[in-house]
Amino acid sequence: MIRVRDLHKSYRTRFGTNHVLKGIGFDLAMGERLGILGRNGAGKSTMVRLISGAERPTSGSIESDLSISWPLAFGGAFQVQLTGIDNIRFISRIYEQDFEENLAFVEQFAELGPYLREPVRTYSSGMRARLAFAISMIIEFDCFLIDEISAVGDARFHDRCNFELFEKRADRAMIIISHDAAYVRDHCNRWAILHDGDLKHYDDFELAYAEFKELIGWKPPPGWNELQVSTA
Amino acid sequence: MSNSASHPAPSLGHSLRVTRRVLGALLVREMLTRYGRHNIGFLWLFVEPMIFTLGVTALWTATKTIHGSDLPIVAFALTGYSSVLLWRNMPGRCIGALWANLSLLYHRNIKVLDIYLARLLLEFGGATISFATLSVLFIVIGILDPPQDIIQVATGWLLLAWFGVSVAILLGALSHESELVEKLWHPFSYLLFPLSGAAFMVAALPPFAQEIVLYIPTVHGVEYVREGWFGARARAVYDLSFLISVNLVLSVAGLIAVRWVSRRVVPE
Repeated sequence: MIRVRDLHKSYRTRFGTNHVLKGIGFDLAMGERLGILGRNGAGKSTMVRLISGAERPTSGSIESDLSISWPLAFGGAFQVQLTGIDNIRFISRIYEQDFEENLAFVEQFAELGPYLREPVRTYSSGMRARLAFAISMIIEFDCFLIDEISAVGDARFHDRCNFELFEKRADRAMIIISHDAAYVRDHCNRWAILHDGDLKHYDDFELAYAEFKELIGWKPPPGWNELQVSTA
Repeated sequence: MSNSASHPAPSLGHSLRVTRRVLGALLVREMLTRYGRHNIGFLWLFVEPMIFTLGVTALWTATKTIHGSDLPIVAFALTGYSSVLLWRNMPGRCIGALWANLSLLYHRNIKVLDIYLARLLLEFGGATISFATLSVLFIVIGILDPPQDIIQVATGWLLLAWFGVSVAILLGALSHESELVEKLWHPFSYLLFPLSGAAFMVAALPPFAQEIVLYIPTVHGVEYVREGWFGARARAVYDLSFLISVNLVLSVAGLIAVRWVSRRVVPE
């Protein structure tokens, strides 16, 4: 269980103090997948960084007896001067994992071929995403933090990611951030809107999404009703 | 206000094991990113300081630099310049180190201090191997007498390293909050070199100058190393309790600064 209590985060900026989170709180148990909706700059990624432990809250507490991942598909987690293999070795050491086993998995999943032996800086963004995701999967966390994973990679990559995450690891806890409402709807079983530093929870996606559209001032374009939007 | 992201409290033994593993991984990573696998690779770690020291030794020998004592110039230059490299490069490696490694903080086992410690270990290793290799080399070819008290040399060396480490951690942490640190350290370290004790013996200075240079902590360390090497002939002047006190104060200040920065740091 992860227990977030009265979490505050503020940054000092040149135009004064910016209160990004003003006391959010929730519990998250294994098997629960919380989808976060929020407009740009609402503080979604800040919240994920706090939960991942990469950054400290201004006040409030995050208690957890689960192991929590770093934000998934996050390319910055590796060093671009190093080769893919060096990065796998580094992560394996940090998390006390078997390197050979991890290498075999990444080779099979990321499909980078000989590029695994080249510096990461020579990779395309799609290749980086594949490597980052594969590396994220080699450590079996209890809770996965997923920040905009649907923004990178092709359809085949998405399918494979979804299989790894939502089929093989359906029993884990997850916090998912995405601007792709359909992705959040399909893969989560709880939802929340982050707005004005406050997190509001919903058990029903349609309710959350209606509220969210209101918040961002979304208006249906002319002729919207005749259109059947596919959100699969 | 409670500021916790707590887990079941780990034992000290477990924490030490994690830290050792993390430092090991960071060391390898640091060596690979800094030296790569091209030409002589990580051998540059100590070949580079060796070239520096050799150059300075050659230069001082050629110009017969007056250092105010009857010590052989080779030995004087080796002990002096090696110790400068030891404490001067450490802050250079730590200033801005956090900016370059922000993404590492996403791995919760890696702490800000680990990033500095990995770089410092590498720096210490490089300077020490360079100093030891050149000493052995000079002794073998007969231009340098072996040290009279190798324990004293090692102790002085470690005290100088401690000074470098504590300055480096303090400046490294402060540099994350203010660019001034980086801007000012360069001229400061450059100016400190001739005053650091590397290029003179205290006993050779006029009394008023002695009083002033003895406020510089590194002077005490270098004098101590030289006494260990040359014995009474060095006519060394030092006060180890002063150097140790400075080191302690700097260490505490450095750790406080790291703690302060850890609370404020925002990973990219």
